[in-house]
This record gives sequence, structure tokens and C-alpha cells, in this order.
Amino acid sequence: MRPRHGRRAGRWLVGRLLGAVFVLWAVATLIFFAIRLVPGDPAEAILGGPGSQASAEALDTVRRQYGLDQPLLVQYLAQLARLATGDLGTSYSLRTDVGRLLLDQLPGTIGLALLALVVAWALAIVTAWWATLSGRVASAVSSGLEVVASAVPHFWLASLLILVFSTELGLLPPVSTGTPAGLVLPVVTLAIPVAGFLGQVTRDSLLDAAATPFALSARARGESPSGLFTRHLLRHAALPGLALSGWAFGSLLSGAVVVESVFARPGLGRTLLGAVTLRDIPLVTGVALVSALAYVLVVALGDLSERAVDPRGRAT
Amino acid sequence: MTVLPDLPRGTESARASSGRRTSLGHRARRLPLGPAEWVAAAALLLVVVMAVAPRLLAPGDPLAVSPVDAFSGPSFAHPFGTDESGRGVWTRVVHGAGASLTIGLVATLIGTGLGVALGVLAGLGGRGLAGRATDVGVSRLLEVLFALPGLLLALVVIAFTGPGAVPATIAVGLATAPGYARIVRSQVAAVRRSAMVEAATVLGRHPAVVLWRHVLPNALAPVVVLATLGLGQAVVWASSLSYLGLGSPPPAPEWGAMLSAGRTYLAVAWWMTVFPGLAVVVTAASATVLGRGLARRGRGGTR
Amino acid sequence: MTVTGPTDARRACRDDLVVDRLHVAFDGVTAVDDVSFTLGPGECVALVGESGSGKSVTARALLGLTGGQVTADALRLGEDDLLTLTERRWRRVRGPRIGLVLQDALVSLDPLRPVGREIDDALRLHTRLSPAERRARVLEVLHEVGMPEPEVRRGLRAGELSGGLRQRALIAAALALRPGVVVADEPTTALDAEVQRVVVDRLAALRDGGTAVLAISHDLGVVRRLADRVVIMRDGRVVEQGPTARVLDSPEAEYTRMLIAALPGGAPRGTGLSAPVATGFDPEAPPSGGALGSTAQVTPRPGATQESAPTSPTAPEPVLVAAGLRRAFAVRGGPDRVAVDDVSLTLHAGETLGLVGASGSGKTTTARLLLGLDEPDVGTVELLGEPWSPRRERDRRPLRGALGVVYQDPSSSFDPRFTVGRLLADALSAGRSTRLRPLEAEVGALLGRVGLTADLAQRRPETLSGGQRQRIAVARALAPRPRVIVCDEPVSALDVSVQAQVLDLLDRLQRDEGLAYLFISHDLDVVEHMADRVAVMHEGRIVEDGLTTEVFGTPRHAHTRALLAARP
Repeated sequence: MRPRHGRRAGRWLVGRLLGAVFVLWAVATLIFFAIRLVPGDPAEAILGGPGSQASAEALDTVRRQYGLDQPLLVQYLAQLARLATGDLGTSYSLRTDVGRLLLDQLPGTIGLALLALVVAWALAIVTAWWATLSGRVASAVSSGLEVVASAVPHFWLASLLILVFSTELGLLPPVSTGTPAGLVLPVVTLAIPVAGFLGQVTRDSLLDAAATPFALSARARGESPSGLFTRHLLRHAALPGLALSGWAFGSLLSGAVVVESVFARPGLGRTLLGAVTLRDIPLVTGVALVSALAYVLVVALGDLSERAVDPRGRAT
Repeated sequence: MTVLPDLPRGTESARASSGRRTSLGHRARRLPLGPAEWVAAAALLLVVVMAVAPRLLAPGDPLAVSPVDAFSGPSFAHPFGTDESGRGVWTRVVHGAGASLTIGLVATLIGTGLGVALGVLAGLGGRGLAGRATDVGVSRLLEVLFALPGLLLALVVIAFTGPGAVPATIAVGLATAPGYARIVRSQVAAVRRSAMVEAATVLGRHPAVVLWRHVLPNALAPVVVLATLGLGQAVVWASSLSYLGLGSPPPAPEWGAMLSAGRTYLAVAWWMTVFPGLAVVVTAASATVLGRGLARRGRGGTR
Repeated sequence: MTVTGPTDARRACRDDLVVDRLHVAFDGVTAVDDVSFTLGPGECVALVGESGSGKSVTARALLGLTGGQVTADALRLGEDDLLTLTERRWRRVRGPRIGLVLQDALVSLDPLRPVGREIDDALRLHTRLSPAERRARVLEVLHEVGMPEPEVRRGLRAGELSGGLRQRALIAAALALRPGVVVADEPTTALDAEVQRVVVDRLAALRDGGTAVLAISHDLGVVRRLADRVVIMRDGRVVEQGPTARVLDSPEAEYTRMLIAALPGGAPRGTGLSAPVATGFDPEAPPSGGALGSTAQVTPRPGATQESAPTSPTAPEPVLVAAGLRRAFAVRGGPDRVAVDDVSLTLHAGETLGLVGASGSGKTTTARLLLGLDEPDVGTVELLGEPWSPRRERDRRPLRGALGVVYQDPSSSFDPRFTVGRLLADALSAGRSTRLRPLEAEVGALLGRVGLTADLAQRRPETLSGGQRQRIAVARALAPRPRVIVCDEPVSALDVSVQAQVLDLLDRLQRDEGLAYLFISHDLDVVEHMADRVAVMHEGRIVEDGLTTEVFGTPRHAHTRALLAARP
């Protein structure tokens, strides 16, 4: 059994790595062609789009850097080569190397997203558990709350939380201050919509699991409701959520853009926003690639944890 | 962030029922929509009225500046208070419904159209070399699109197209497409493998007939429900883009843009933030509730 | 009334279970009414009935797990009154004093946990044993139920054990605390014959060891083997009860008589199983008379009880011939799994060929190969003398009208959007149209041939009963006027009385139209009743075939013998 497992794990890992490389390549290619599809001078597009009033020498630099007078294929291969060596180019708006910029910003955003994921899961499980143990009314109420939570836009939620906790109650700072207290509101804002959705999925799954024959068997052994939940139902209920962890992380990354703006937190999201507003293509490319990589990683982790909880192998 | 990823059912196999018993009449009854769904439908209807005939509910001019009235709280004259230029927030919310709803609707249409096309292509592939290649190709494409989740994809698109209401619509549409595509693909693949298709084959039906008459209608049946759910999400994303300054430009009374302005004056005029945001939440939540209600109702009838 | 759990899990409870005028209702709707019986140590009482009879609800009431309102004149276990128990007190009764064994271990044990843990749970909840002691007990109880290598198996999940072993684990989980009463709810349904044997033997051993067993089943063979007394239930009430031998051999109630008459076991080929409509005992109650099965006392078809010689004087021509079929499936990281290996069979017009075997023996794959839904790696199939498989679908499509199929669960093979009328119109028009109107008369006639009324054409299949749905499946199969129908477990999902009707229908159609059937079933009694010839499959090969009477009467192959011996 052992060697077979090892080989299978090895094959899975290789498969994932190849998948990640493919995704990165595809993103880079799409952006490459998008630049050239925008009407007008590609050099201008890179530097902020038509009408960006880039200086002539900046345009020349870019033309040389990207080899824009070369045949398309050469440009493409050169770009791929650059990316493969980790050269993501220079952000024209911030005048720094994109790679270094991203490395600085990455931990903050990823940390925020992961923290929010944990909080979202905790909220989802707690509400699902509470709802199934309480009566029908409580269940309906929490169901409604979950629906609203998943429909709330980040910027509004952030504003509301700031209004209540900063302006009125003065408990928490309205902008990021580098202290743990400054983390609370951003994390909660990010977590709530995802918690709403995870809560819905987990609760549906919990109800299904509670109706199964094995749940009945457990109760027939004298299992208490809390014992039933922790020992049996929780695992089953969590499965769909784990499968969705990739989506959840993506949603968190996507939300981080808004949350970082509202709370003035430095991070990938705010960087991307600035880059998009100024149409700084090298920076946009960099952020896109990094976020794609992070997503692929999280999906892989999610699959692993799903496999750990349910080794049966999903029938897709 | 409403819906969209397909929902794998972890305990599906655990519920395999005994072969022996048949339930007489406990099967799929068309469940009526509950009170929550009716409330949601009514709310959506209200928003539609706001969009289509704003003057009915708010006869004022959303763009009329009146500096002397600036920053006054909710009152009889201005139920939602006024903003920094003295414009009535209620009026602007009502008039903004059109913009927000239109963007949401068009984006959803783009998303479902593209998503269904991609999903059907991917789901139909499978047998034979050409089919396999299509499936793999489209699936990889979807994976890539998923790697740039939601708002990120929309932002990247806007980086190339520049800001504005139309680019925002297209961007949001593109961003919602992968979600639909994934679900449609698994539906199509599942129906193709079903006993219904087998029975049709045994009866001697041509594959094209089977596809047209059985596979597509059954696989696409949930799309309408999904689109309802997706509408809420599209509205949220569209207003997010406006909030970030990448959507409808001021002074257009679009909800997200109003919130952006309100952020600055949050401490002095909370109504500038709360009410437009509430409009977004009510629209999105109603769409979700309605969509879920329809989904639950339809689950009895279709598989 | 205090409830005492066992202080020592080893003490066997010797209490009587007394049920007197039990009544269970759900939100005002009565599910069980006026049910009374007693159960003492070392006895086995069987609750028998079809779906909706209330037997499961009654069983759950003994564990306080119905979820409804339970009242009774008395519901006692020994000295303790079960009616007044709070939920917390119930939790001390469930497990140590009353155990529950459900049907299929795959879904009745948590599929994500090792079986050892499931058993351990019961010990952890009710005893004060140390982990080491608990482990020893788990092994002991697994050993008692006959689990080989319990040390190894207890770490496996239910899905990783074979059918027989996981059923043993399921029983072990209920036995760990040595309850005085064990309730077994449909313990053998949907299981392979050999696995059923395992379960029945275990339960019998329990009973002999002094435990009181309440068995719920619709399988009268199991009941005969296990039960001292039997309670026949219908629609929530007791129809008849008494000693097993008396009730089953000389039933007093009409319903019981009908139930027993509907069993195919022992009924020779050609005798009708279902009651005539005139007695009003048809549970599906079609409004008109219809040609619904023959009377229960019909004389056997001429020639049926002898060697199953064909009814026509000339030898019937072969309609479906399979030669040397082989189909293997690639398995990741291992050798191919051979599902069908060198299978040859011949089906003649007007005859029924039964195909039996345990699950996984290759019956379904064979059926798919014969239906042309899959291509064999090696071998050929001929239909009506024409090459059928392997062949391009385009070339053989014109022949498809000669072949029909009836599945176990017809619902999944119907397009959920279609009404019955559209389904049949589609079948009748060879797919050209699904509109009912132009073919209304033909659809009505088709419905009549399967004993249904024309007004059902407006209904959706999901609103009909299981028996009606199966008849519609038969009607659809009949539409193109086929010569051969492949029946894959066509009655396995039906109640006994409904099963009888469908079998009679199939029989009549065969006689009227000269159809040939390939009849696949795991139920040996049904096959013995329906098939002229039978083939036994095991691990992809046909190990024995021949006339039904010969194969069932004097089986030659070891596996056939094992299959037959496993019949309760």
C-alpha cells in the first residue's frame, strides 16, 4: 500500500505544479495579447493607455524594453523568458521593480485573506450548529441572516462597521494602524460575505447529514445532539465547504481590493486598484500573476484537506 | 457575493436509499413559493419600478444642486437626507436604480450567454479526440478565468479598456461567466451520462435529436434560476466598481458612486452611505432569496 | 419510574418488551394505530408489511426516534415505562437496553469513520472502561460476529470492507453493549443473497443466545427462518398476528393470503401471482378492470411445469446470440478489471432467459453489451440474425426497434419534463415527434395493453406509484414492437403485491406477443418463477446455464449451490 500511495501523491503533486504553470502561462499570454489588441500604440497602452501623455523618452524606453519593433513571436517569447526568470518589469507609475513591490505587499494581503477565511469558517460552523440545535424560528432567522450577509457589498459593510465601531463607539480605528486592533474591522468585513455563503452551504449539508441512516444509528446508540454534531455531522457538513475553499479564497482576494481601499491598508488590492486606475500594465500583470498563483495554491490545499477528511474520492 | 460555484454534495452517496420501497406520492410536488420569496419578489419589483419610472417615486431632480440644504439628515422633505451638494439622497437612490439595475442585468446576460456557450462546449466534449480536446481546452480556459476571481478579473479588464459604465458592464459580465460555465458544464456532462439518454439511445434516437430534445433543455433548466442569483452578485460588483471610481462617473446617481462620496463624509452624514448601500443589499438579497426559492422549487421537478 | 442503564455492559437484560395499543401520529396524521404485541428474551417477533404499513415507525417508537407523537396504553421494557421518558433518559436506554440494526452498512455506518470507532462510541457513551479495555471489547464483539482479523478490520471504514463484513460490523455496533432487545429494520433488503445469509444467521444466533429480536421485513423467507411470531401490518394497523408457521401456512386474513399468494417463490412458471381485481385487493386500484394478471388459481400453462419446452411445436428461432463476449475496464495503477469474460448466450423467441449472480458478477455489463450501449473488446452479438455488436451505431440504428429495455428505476430513464403521453408518443413515433395529439389513440391503446387507463397520459410519471411507473416503462419498451426486451431488475424496487402484478403483466405480454426476455435479477425466487432457462454468472463468467428446473433443482457448480443455499 505504501509505495502506491507515495507514487500517487507524487503524481498528484506533479499534476498540480503543471497546472499552476499552465495557468500562469495562460494569464501572461492573455495579457500579452490584450495589450496588443488595445487600439493604438502598445507602448502607450503599457504606460497608461492612449492619452496618458507619456514622454517620448519613456515611450522609447518601453519600446526598447519590450522589443515592440520586433516580430510578434519574438516579442512573445522574450516576454515569456523574462517572466520565467522573475523579471516582471518596472511599474511606470511607482518607478519601482514590480517584483520587489509585489513581494513587499504580498504577505499583508495573503495574511488578511487567510485570517478572514478562518474567521468565515468559524462563523459559518457556529451559526450552522446553533441553527440546527435551536428551533425552526432560529433556523429561519439565521438563514435570513446568511442570505443578507452574502449579499452585502464590502464597501457598505465596511462603512457601516466604521460608523458603529469607530465613529460612534470609538472602539476600533477606522484605518489600518499596524496594530492588531486595526486588523479587526478589515478582517471582519472581508469575512462576513464569505461566511454568509459558507454558512448556507454548510447548513444545507448539515441537514442532509442529519437525515442519513448513520446519524440514526448513532442516535440509536444513545449519542447526544452535540456528540452527533462533533463526531459525525461536522465532518460531512464541512465537505462541500472545503471543496469551495478555492472559490472562497478567490472571493476574499477580490474583496481585499475594496477592503484595503476603504481601510487604507497597504496591500496587493490597493496596489492593483492604483495600477488599474493609472493603467499601469506591468504592475497589473504582476498582480494578476501573483493572485493566480495564490489561487492555484489554495485550491490545491483545499483539495488536500478535502481528501484528508473524506478519503473516498469524490465522484465527479 | 451571492452564489455561483457549483455545490458538491458531500453526503450524496450516504443517502443512497434502499431499492425496495417506493414512495407513493411523496415525490416531487411543486412546492409553492414561501412568504420570504414573495417579499423578495415584491422588493425586486419595487426596484424595477424605480428603474423604469423613477419620477413616480421621486419627482425631484437627482442632479439639482442646492448647497444651502447640504448635509441635512432624514426629514419629511428628504426621507433619506441630502448629500454634500444638497441633493436629496432618496431622489438619487431612486434615479440610480436604473443605472445599477441595467448594468447588473446586461452584465448577467453577457455572463450567462458566454457561460452557457462555454459550458455546453466543455460538457459536450468527451468522446472522440476532437471532443476530448474541446473539453480539455475549454476547461483549462475556465480554470484560468477562475484564477482571477471576481472583481480581480473585472479590474484587469478595466485596466485595458479604461473606466466607465460600459466597460464596467462588460468587465462584470466576463467575471461572472466562469461561474455559469462551470455549472452548465457539469450539468451537461451529468445529463449526458444519465439513464434518460441511455433509454433514448436504446429507442434508437439519433445523438443530435437526443442532444436537442433531451440534453440541452434539461441541462439548461437551472440557468434561469442561476441568473437570478447571479443578478444580485452582478449588482454588487458593478456598484463596487463604481465605488472604486471605475464605473459610472459622477455626478451620475449610481449607487456605488454615491457610496464613494459618502465615505468621505461618513462621520457627519451617515445617511449618504447607509441608504444607497441598503438599496444594493436589498436588491442583491431579494434576488438571492428569489433565486434560492426557485431553485428549491425546481429541484423537485428537474434533476 | 426510573430508568436504569446497565452498570456492567456484560449483564444481559432479560426484560420483556410490552407494547399495548401503540398509536403514533405526525402532526395529527395517524401513522400507526392500535398495535399490540409482546417480546420476551430469546424470542423473535417479525413485523411484516409493505411500504406504508407503519412497521418502521413502530420499530422507531421503541427507541423514541419517531419524531412524532407517541401514545399507548402501555409501552414497557421490563419495569420501565418508555412512554414517560425524557430525551435524556432515552439516551440511557438506547444502546445498552435496546439496539438498532439498520439495513445497509454502507450508509448506516458513518462512511468517514473506521468501524472500530463506531463500535467504540457506544462503549464510550455508556461505560467507564478505559481505552485499552474498550479496545479489547471492540475486538471481542467483532470476533463474536464472525469478523476475520478484527485487529486489522476495525481500522477500516465501512466502504473498505466487503458486503458481508460490513454488515457484521453494523451488527457489532449494535451489540457492543449487549442490549436485551435488538430491533433489526429491514436487515436483508438490497443485499446479496450470501450477505443476507450472514445477517440472518447472526440474528438467529442472537435470538438463540437469549436476546429478544424484533425483525422488520417484507421478506417472508427471512421471517420464516427467524421469527417465532409474526405481526402482519397494513396501513398502520395490525391485520393478523400469531405463530409464524400458523400465519404463513394457514393465514386467516384476506390480506395475508394475498400477500403470500403474491410471492413468486415456489410458484411454477405461468401461474398468476396477483389477486384477481374482483376481490378488490389490488393495492394500486386501477379504476377499470383491465387485463390485470390471471386469477390466483389458474391452472399452469400447458407444458410449463414440465421441461420448459417452447409452446410452439417448432423450435423457436434464436433472436439474440452472444458469442465469446469480453469486456475489461482499465483501472488506474493496476491490471484491467475484467467485467465480462467469455460470455456466450442464446435467447430464443418467446422464452425468458434469467441471468443471476451476485452484484459485481457482470450481469449489468452483459446487459449493456447486449443492448449495444457498450462495445465488447472481443466477441460478437447478433440480433435477429444481423450483426449487432460491435457495429457502428449509424448502421444498427434501424434495428433498434427490435430491442427494448426495462430498468429497475424507470424514473431516471424518463425525461422529467415529459408527461406520460409525450413519453409514449415519442416512443411510438420513433422520435419524430413528442406531441400527443396525433397519436392519442395509439397511446391510449398502449396504456391499455399494460393495464393502465388512457387518462394517465396527462400525468407526470413522478406523480404516479412505483408499479404504474414500471408499467409505463414496459409500455415504452413495447412501443416499437420489439422482439426482445432486456429486463434489468425490473421488480426489485417494488412491493411484493405490485411485483406480482408486474410479473404477471410481463408474462401475459410474452405469451400474447411472443417476446423474448433477458431477465436479470438478484432475487432467485423471481427468476425461478419467470425464467425458462437461466444462466449463473460469477466474476464475469457464466459458470452454469440450462433449464431453470435443472439448474435450481440440481445445481452442478459450487457457486450456484452457494447462491441457492443462501436463500432463506
